[in-house]
Amino acid sequence: MTEELNETAAPVEVEEKELLSFLVSGQDYSVDIMSVREIRSGASATSLPHSPDYVRGVINLRGTVLPIIDLAKRLGMEADLDESRNVIIVVAVEDRTFGLMVDAVSDILSIPEHEMQTPPEMRADVEHNFVSALTIVKDRMIRVLDLNAVMPPSREEAA
Amino acid sequence: MSDPMAEIRASFFIECEELLESLQDSLELMDSGEADDETVNVMFRAVHSIKGGAGAFGLDELVAFAHKFETVMDMVRNGDLTPDHELVKLFFVCGDKLSDLVRQARDGEEYDPTQYADTLAKLDALIGEDESDEEEIDFQPAALSLELGGEGEGTAPGLPDLPGLPPLGGDDGADADAAAASQEPVLHIRFTPETALYASGNEPLYLFRAVRDLGDLTVRCIEDKLPPLEALDPEKAFLSWELTLLSGEGEAAVREAFDFVDGLCELTVTEQTAAGGDSQPDPVETAAPSTGSPDKSGADTSAELPTPAAPSGTRAAPIDTAEPAEKPAAPPADKKAGKPQAKSAGSKSTGAKKSAAATPRATVRVDLDRIDRLVNLVGEIVINQAMLSQSVEEAGLPPNSPVRTGLDEFLQLTRDIQESVMMIRAQPVKSLFQRMARIVREASAAVGKEVRLITEGENTEIDKTVIERLADPLTHMIRNAVDHGLESAEERLAVGKCAEGIITLNASHRSGRVVIEISDDGAGINRERVHQIAIDKGLIDPDLQLSDSDIDNLLFLPGFSTASEVSNLSGRGVGMDVVRSAIQALGGRISIASTAGKGTTFSISLPLTLAVLDGMIVRVAGETLVVPLNVIQETLALGPDDIRPFGPDTHVVNIRNTFVPLLDLGAELGYREPLVDYANSVILLIAQDDGERAAVVVDSIEDQRQVVIKGLQDSYGHVPGIAAATILGDGQIALILDPLDLISEASGCTRPQSSSELTAG
Repeated sequence: MTEELNETAAPVEVEEKELLSFLVSGQDYSVDIMSVREIRSGASATSLPHSPDYVRGVINLRGTVLPIIDLAKRLGMEADLDESRNVIIVVAVEDRTFGLMVDAVSDILSIPEHEMQTPPEMRADVEHNFVSALTIVKDRMIRVLDLNAVMPPSREEAA
Repeated sequence: MSDPMAEIRASFFIECEELLESLQDSLELMDSGEADDETVNVMFRAVHSIKGGAGAFGLDELVAFAHKFETVMDMVRNGDLTPDHELVKLFFVCGDKLSDLVRQARDGEEYDPTQYADTLAKLDALIGEDESDEEEIDFQPAALSLELGGEGEGTAPGLPDLPGLPPLGGDDGADADAAAASQEPVLHIRFTPETALYASGNEPLYLFRAVRDLGDLTVRCIEDKLPPLEALDPEKAFLSWELTLLSGEGEAAVREAFDFVDGLCELTVTEQTAAGGDSQPDPVETAAPSTGSPDKSGADTSAELPTPAAPSGTRAAPIDTAEPAEKPAAPPADKKAGKPQAKSAGSKSTGAKKSAAATPRATVRVDLDRIDRLVNLVGEIVINQAMLSQSVEEAGLPPNSPVRTGLDEFLQLTRDIQESVMMIRAQPVKSLFQRMARIVREASAAVGKEVRLITEGENTEIDKTVIERLADPLTHMIRNAVDHGLESAEERLAVGKCAEGIITLNASHRSGRVVIEISDDGAGINRERVHQIAIDKGLIDPDLQLSDSDIDNLLFLPGFSTASEVSNLSGRGVGMDVVRSAIQALGGRISIASTAGKGTTFSISLPLTLAVLDGMIVRVAGETLVVPLNVIQETLALGPDDIRPFGPDTHVVNIRNTFVPLLDLGAELGYREPLVDYANSVILLIAQDDGERAAVVVDSIEDQRQVVIKGLQDSYGHVPGIAAATILGDGQIALILDPLDLISEASGCTRPQSSSELTAG
């Protein structure tokens, strides 16, 4: 599928977005692949006191203290899968790096810019805030996550 | 274009810092009477280099000030002035003002002439005296280059008037009238630099500027030897210059200007009177292309590029006399005329050679971030290595197997590396102490006390961050010592002490920590008064019986100030409590010792580095935590009778008949509900320096070891009660407790019922 897209894309110079798609509680989500640093298997996190419930804690990523966000909890869904099989996607937004705990990584997608849809306004959904775009691949709706919204608000303190 | 300039500018200011430091060193040598000829030379060179760089950046005020300073120093160098106590004091002030100017220039602050007027006047007074002296000995000093400019007389457009500058010191500038102008002897100078001159970073422009200060100068570049462009070796010198100087200065004065490049060039100076002058080389000041602006060429040298002999003529005559003169011309002319003959050429040339090879210390400037990354990586190695050892152990290899031995050696090496890397961040406290010397000078002048600062152990090294963050508390303490610690001269004399008070600043390593002591030889703490003030201010209960050290520690209470009047220096309400919290933030402790009539000593004990911490590893509700060792007063197991219910939700612990609030670490951090029964649990007695204590319950104490600190702020943000994180030997992250934050934020709830909503916050 990606090959086809590339063939048509090359001469017309269509802006394409590469996305890493993954599963959270059986739903398809994705992030811009440029913000992904690495994917690693789950590790047991050290929990942080006084943190929101979706902050799983921190893990040791080769010497860096990496905060882990449980994406299912963050998106307000049930985390149903066996936790030991979870995967952590390490993403960097601006100058912050953190890990997203997801159920499984599924694919890398190249989506032309014009196939991206703006998500509809849905007042009832808190979750809506985290999705910046929607697209359809093989009849599956892929949500593109707004990473800035997913991150816990950084509590700036004069150090 | 702006970026490289900014970089060059930045490096100039870094150099200034170093130069100012060496200036301070020399001044201290002078002050202690150990100065030799070289000391003055070092000072002179430092100020001269600052002046040179400042000129290149058009920092006129800095140039003007440095120039005066330099002039007076030159007089000392020539023996016209004796560096007595007063003069050295003035030099100290000049050094301070100079560093102020440098700082102002760096931060782009407004120049406030009133701040410097006083000092400049003093310098002028010295220069003035000297000038009048010389007039008697010497013939008319060539102060007339100014006059020439003013009257529009002479062959070349003379140096223009200097409107922005304060009036020049010597009154005799006016006396030196232009009448002598045409009778000025003409000096022909032929200057042929060798390649080595450029290689050692010299710049003909500066030399010519120095010559220009002697009188009316025209410069012509000779390009005969310049090969065609394709044959040009940019590293070689091809150009030479012909300079024509209209000046009363002798040949020696000219040679002196080229002192610094002695042996690196061919220099011929021929003197002739103007009347019998040969046909002069054409003045080229109008022909000189203006592209070689002084700023640009100055910038080139600052960037430490070897200045190649420029293939084009643009650099050939960077000095055109139309260029605005940054410095007053008269004083240098005078000073150079001072004793040209008296100088022994030999001693001068050695000085010049030393400065030509001016590499004071072989150092590399490295971005602090890079060092931090290195420190981090080494921390990783240590952790990794611990993990490796653990798995080797688990593999059940015999103790003398090659793997084990190899691992032991590896362990040794990692330790060495870690120490060396920590050393990179460490810096001697010297720069800090020098700043304090200035504080002492200013503070003592403000309160009119004679104070002498003695520094010891200034090569003791501490982490750079610690040094930076120590500056404020130390400043405060030094001011306190001058203002409150030392008595006035009369009082001192009355008790048989020397009128001059002594403050000692001492740094030393003591059992893995750095101890900095600030002592004065004043009257010591007036404990009765301190006690009374504390009672008056309602800080303590009047009936409380206090030991001497308890009373001393009252000084650290917020809002305590002994000065009955708010003086300019101290006593503005921010007191020793601020000092103490600043020290504590660095993981340090502060204590007081005072003897009546003998003085007071404050000791600050600091960790060597902020990157490593001694901690106690504890477990609570299945989590591993690190408690900084310096706050743990003792650890104990609770007996059933030690714990008493206090409020509906709280307990206190009876420790040798004092009651300390009980905190459940697991509950405070939200890991678990408070326990039903705390009997037999392990507690850590945590003491804040203000005497506030808390008994913190943990499940078990695992270990005591050094841990590498990993900040949480950058990746996650501040977590209440948590200072940072670290990585343990098994690769797991453990949080490092911030006990003071924890205690101040604690709910104190230690009863399970009705507690859930309290702990949640």
